[in-house]
Amino acid sequence: MLDVTTAYEHGPTVEATEQELSPVLPCEVRGLCFAAGGSPLIDKIDLTLGAGGVTMIMGPNGAGKSVFIRLLHGMLEPTAGEIHWGGRPLDEETRKRQAMVFQTPVLLRRSVEANIAFALRLHGEGGRARCAEMLEEAGLSNKSSQPARLLSGGERQRLAIARALAADPDVLFLDEPTASLDPASVQLIEEIVFSARDRGVKIIFITHDIGQARRLGDDVVFMHRGRIMERAPTPRFFDKPSSREAKDYLAGRIVL
Amino acid sequence: MQDFGHAFSLAFQLMWAADPDLMEIIGLSLRVSLTAMTISCAIALPIGAALGMIRFRGRGAAIILLNALMGLPPVVVGLCVYLMLSRAGPMGWLGLLYTPTAMIIAQSILITPIIAALSRQVIEDLHAEYAEQFRSMCVPTRTAIAALLWDARYSLLTVALAGFGRAVAEVGAVIIVGGNIDHLTRVMTTAIALETSKGDLSLALALGMVLLLIALVINAGVMAVRMTAARFAYA
Ligand SMILES: Nc1ncnc2c1ncn2[C@@H]1O[C@H](COP(=O)(O)OP(=O)(O)O)[C@@H](O)[C@H]1O
Ligand SMILES: [Mg+2]
Repeated sequence: MLDVTTAYEHGPTVEATEQELSPVLPCEVRGLCFAAGGSPLIDKIDLTLGAGGVTMIMGPNGAGKSVFIRLLHGMLEPTAGEIHWGGRPLDEETRKRQAMVFQTPVLLRRSVEANIAFALRLHGEGGRARCAEMLEEAGLSNKSSQPARLLSGGERQRLAIARALAADPDVLFLDEPTASLDPASVQLIEEIVFSARDRGVKIIFITHDIGQARRLGDDVVFMHRGRIMERAPTPRFFDKPSSREAKDYLAGRIVL
Repeated sequence: MQDFGHAFSLAFQLMWAADPDLMEIIGLSLRVSLTAMTISCAIALPIGAALGMIRFRGRGAAIILLNALMGLPPVVVGLCVYLMLSRAGPMGWLGLLYTPTAMIIAQSILITPIIAALSRQVIEDLHAEYAEQFRSMCVPTRTAIAALLWDARYSLLTVALAGFGRAVAEVGAVIIVGGNIDHLTRVMTTAIALETSKGDLSLALALGMVLLLIALVINAGVMAVRMTAARFAYA
């Protein structure tokens, strides 16, 4: 179960994989289904996510990417199938070791600093020093006393990511965190993600940005109509995608 | 009707001179209604928060009941409190009838449903915004309630002021349980009611103007709170 190399179907790609073994990883998904309103949104997904590294999830709009990571994070109940984290069914203990940044993050109606402090306090940390450190990393030091809801799009995302990392998670889900941001903001966010990965945090990252997926991803999971069509190490996915849907998607011929 | 102009000038004189009787009445009014507001908030805010964020069987009925209680007729509340506190009543031994405490109790009963119902709406809206994030972060229920109450504080303050406004302007309940006793339970509204019927228009008018002024101040306060909150994007 904990053999990371076999858990990682396509071979290990990151050193962090060997360094840090989190009790919640690997994640094993078997026969996962989710239906709402009579239509299947997630259709018999099987997937293993090893410890460490960055897994990119790609696929056309409406493919079920967001629904899938919500299921992984326990925000939705599967209609069938199983999700095991570190060999155990998804429970509250595991959920506490995960953090998620939603597609449109909700910030508390408080100052930037207070948003981080809230997350820190949940985990029994209250130090102002730690708070300042997190703001520094997110490039928000000079905004610490501003109302969070008046931040720009890029700042909001950075704050949401910093808040997620304040929980010191083993797994971080990011749902299109850089969609509609300018290149500088994108770069800042990618740096934050890299440093989290280097600390051994498993990153699961949804994006439509091919350049970003190449830069960040150790492997790519390609979804289409609620299914995983392909899962491959990043270079191979972009150079030689094996499924027709992935080829069409990468060529800009949207397949819904 | 020449009485009328005379009454007006007398009223202004009373206010200008800060007439001790007038001040006593205003002071008691404020003390009773502010205390009632505080007590009601202590009871109603947790109820509002619970109804706003916890889904349980019978919640819909509870909300309907609460909304209905917002319209409680003051005289009925006064009558019920009177029956409870009167010598023969179950709480008669406390000897509270015709005391400021009795008026505080009556006003608290009157405005608790108002504060609970309005804060329920406020908390429910904010909860809708926060719920998913909180679930993702595994925020314990107690922490979530505290966070909602804190982050909704500007809106809740306006709710509390609405409750105060209703309490301080109410006459039916306090006249029954307070009795409008001079120097003891005479508040602005009861004084207005009885002085008018006795024909002493000047005191009634002076008190009426003070009440209007208080209403104005409350509304200005509500507006100021709203604007501050909006400016800092906290509401
Ligand atoms: N809770 C839900 N109930 C019903 N339908 C949903 C729900 N969440 C998402 N959907 C639908 O599922 C499909 C996949 O959504 P989503 O996972 O958000 O796609 P994407 O891959 O773009 O993130 C969409 O058609 C969406 O409308
Ligand atoms: Mg999505």
